[in-house]
Amino acid sequence: MAQMTINGESQTIDAPDDTNLLWTLRDIVGLKGTKYGCGVGLCGACTVHVDGVAQLSCLLTVGDVGDAEITTIEGLSEDGNHPVQMAWRKLNVPQCGFCQAGQIMKAASLLAEKPDVTDQEILDGMSTNLCRCGCYQRIVAAVRTAATGA
Amino acid sequence: MLHYLEQAAAKTTVSHEPLAIENVSRRAFLGSVAAGFAIAAFPKDALAFAKYEVGGSQMPNGLVYDPMIFVSVEADGTVNIIAHRSEMGTGVRTSLPMVVADEMGADWDRVKIVQAEGDEPKYGNQDTDGSRSIRHHIQSMRQIGASVRFMFSIAAMQHFGMIEQTTEAASAFYGTAASRRDISGVTVGVHEVTNDATGEAVGFGDLAEIAMTLPVPEFEDLSFKDEAEFRYIGKGDIQLYDLHDITTGQAIYGADVDLPGMKVAVIARPPAVGAPLVNYDETAALSIPGVEGVAELPITVMPAKFAPLGGVAVIAAHTDAAIRGRDALKITWGDGPHSNYDTEQFTAEMRQTAKAPGKVLRKEGDPEAAFANASRVFGREYSQAHMAHAPMEPPVAIADVKDGKAEIWAPVQSPFGTRQDLAAALELPIEDVVVHVTLLGGGFGRKSKCDYAIEAALLSRQVGAPVRVQWTREDDIHHSFFHTTSVERIEVALDDADKVTAWRHNSVAPSILSTFAEDSGHQFFIENGMGHVDVPFEIPNMSIENGKAMAHTRIGWYRAVSNVPRAWAIQSFVAELADELGRDQKDLLIELIGSDRDLVPPNQGFPDDYWNYGEVYDEYPINTARLKNVTELAAEKAGWGSDMPQGSGLGIAAHRSFVTYVAVATRVDIVDELITIPEMHIAVDCGFVANPERVRSQMEGAAVMGMTLALNSAVTFKNGAAVQSNFHDYEIVRAENFPKRVHTHIVDHPFSVHAAGVGEPGVPPVAPSIANAVFNATGRRLRDLPIGTTVS
Repeated sequence: MAQMTINGESQTIDAPDDTNLLWTLRDIVGLKGTKYGCGVGLCGACTVHVDGVAQLSCLLTVGDVGDAEITTIEGLSEDGNHPVQMAWRKLNVPQCGFCQAGQIMKAASLLAEKPDVTDQEILDGMSTNLCRCGCYQRIVAAVRTAATGA
Repeated sequence: MLHYLEQAAAKTTVSHEPLAIENVSRRAFLGSVAAGFAIAAFPKDALAFAKYEVGGSQMPNGLVYDPMIFVSVEADGTVNIIAHRSEMGTGVRTSLPMVVADEMGADWDRVKIVQAEGDEPKYGNQDTDGSRSIRHHIQSMRQIGASVRFMFSIAAMQHFGMIEQTTEAASAFYGTAASRRDISGVTVGVHEVTNDATGEAVGFGDLAEIAMTLPVPEFEDLSFKDEAEFRYIGKGDIQLYDLHDITTGQAIYGADVDLPGMKVAVIARPPAVGAPLVNYDETAALSIPGVEGVAELPITVMPAKFAPLGGVAVIAAHTDAAIRGRDALKITWGDGPHSNYDTEQFTAEMRQTAKAPGKVLRKEGDPEAAFANASRVFGREYSQAHMAHAPMEPPVAIADVKDGKAEIWAPVQSPFGTRQDLAAALELPIEDVVVHVTLLGGGFGRKSKCDYAIEAALLSRQVGAPVRVQWTREDDIHHSFFHTTSVERIEVALDDADKVTAWRHNSVAPSILSTFAEDSGHQFFIENGMGHVDVPFEIPNMSIENGKAMAHTRIGWYRAVSNVPRAWAIQSFVAELADELGRDQKDLLIELIGSDRDLVPPNQGFPDDYWNYGEVYDEYPINTARLKNVTELAAEKAGWGSDMPQGSGLGIAAHRSFVTYVAVATRVDIVDELITIPEMHIAVDCGFVANPERVRSQMEGAAVMGMTLALNSAVTFKNGAAVQSNFHDYEIVRAENFPKRVHTHIVDHPFSVHAAGVGEPGVPPVAPSIANAVFNATGRRLRDLPIGTTVS
């Protein structure tokens, strides 16, 4: 049993401490927005925030996060209108959409850390997240839009 | 691909005499169907909508034009529209219903999209593959929309008291032009119908009960919107239906369905296809908390279509335990029929084969004489490694099989094909199998093959509970239905004036057909038709050949299929030849394409069994003017001919595939030996465009996937097993180095220039345009895909 804070709610999780965080969120907590893409920290589809900072949930265990605040795509904003989400919709970023929760979580963390992010920092920052459909041009543009509102 | 393969496989007879194998005749299974088509008469609006023959009518279960199947309208005005094709990122789940909505006059904000189950007798063909959703279905969707508008018009006339509310009164508007009453006095606006005399309007919701009980009109009864009247079609303003759900984590993909009591299975499959399971020890696996048991699946040997590979499944309460349990299995595999497959050795064999004459697929003029009389012969060889599709969502499926019935939730490109395969695997009547289609987290051809859904169904039956089969990324890369590997050798004969007098192209690659039928070692008509026999060059002597190569792993189709290696070879070769002759690459390409014309296959030595992407030449010709036009357009936009700084280069490539013409002009900058792409111009002529915004997104995606396959994508085999396993050794282009500014230039056409493919045709020209640009920048010619990320 573990006590976790997920999207602002304290929850008791029926999982040993060494259980993988991604699969805990998906299979035990039932939050399906966070995706599995590689399992070894290479694709970013599983990106969540731990205390507001983007982390790869497939590399973490329940024990690793302890009492830190976990935020998933479902909890990024109450109404789904985080500036990053709005920018994503404005620029029609997704194709299949599978990686986009991870991309959005990464972008939101990047902008929280660096509100005046440079173009190079966007490229470097978003390079943790793969998109097989190839939406990078719009992803990069949407991060810029979310940062500057244009 | 699927139904062609099944039919070709059924007719395949393998002779073990080399060169004695006749390909399956295309006419044998298309002829009688094609003959049955008749052009309808159009008493009105002939210009707005001239019906034309399209390959969809010849697909299994064809096209369905019944609005009662696709549209329902609720009393509150909600319009439900069926999406019967699978959504894997092309936007088709939005774009086809959008066509219906526009033609019927629905307000998009009041449209609800309902995803169809796998049921082709009801919905028509659902096999989402071959870049044909819009191409095959835009006419039927327009007809469905126009039918609903027609029915609402009559209902409104009844509502306004212009005609009696009787079947007889309504029936006067149906039938032949001579005896039919034309609809008048009402105008369909946006989600409502207006009485022209009084200005009174009545909403679709209020008319629904009357309208949807009227008889369904025929094509001849209908009027269609003029293109100027479109509100959504051709505009690109309608956003993805699932956009909000995708950006908030609410969209449902294959792994996101939860069933009560569901178990998770992760499977250890044989490292080489068909390798026998000698023994295994599950003790360590069973000691992992959450692991509940193991189950065996029988090992299959090729050809087995989409039958699971077999192996040992670990069944667990959740995915983490299932993965750990699978990894803890101690398994001894034996040697199977393909356990010696070795990429290095096999590629060397293909190179030898390519140098010898192959089976002649197309012969025009007298190539032997032309080569014998040549002033000189110029030849080059190009290769490509196997590739895995690696969609971001690995294969996954959920099955609940009990009481002689099966219910499946899965991200599949061919929902009805999946249902048929499941019924066969479970030995159940098809009526007792239901396939729900989730969103697909990418497909690219991998999810045309439903082995993962069959695994889930077999395990659910065995375990007696709902089961989700989850593939790991390692499973996905090890056990793909791989894009074939190939060697393409091209030689030309040159005369004294450096004119090309003959073209010989020998393509050597294991065939997809080997997954379906005993392997002949030769490609079949679909593969031959993808950029090989249909090379559109005006050269008097042609010899298009195919050398034998046996398959030693499951070969499948990957976005754009054989067009990838053919465009790679042909477009690289033309650039090399240009350099050899001191010519401009683009000028030589235009010259080789030659005069403006439609290729006439029977006059040009094309074989009987050549494939035009399922379309007839009369409607979808191979038109050289359109190919040259996109070439010139891309070149012009890219500033072709301007001086490039040191370390930079421009390259171009053009290719027709899926009856669409695409040219790509790429700028490469070499930065500390790293290949970077600051800019790419893609010119695309895909006929009439329903959703230009999604055409652009497909081209941008093709640029990235094309760069990935050009620089990185190789699955190699050692001892029959795939060497690569995850994104560290099967790399995908990342934000740090991708084609930075992709400019898509769409050639504008009216509806009369038939809609053509979009999902795939962007891909083939990308890799050669990059390699040609690298050559232009560095003088280094790279002929083997993948070329690597750096060049010295």
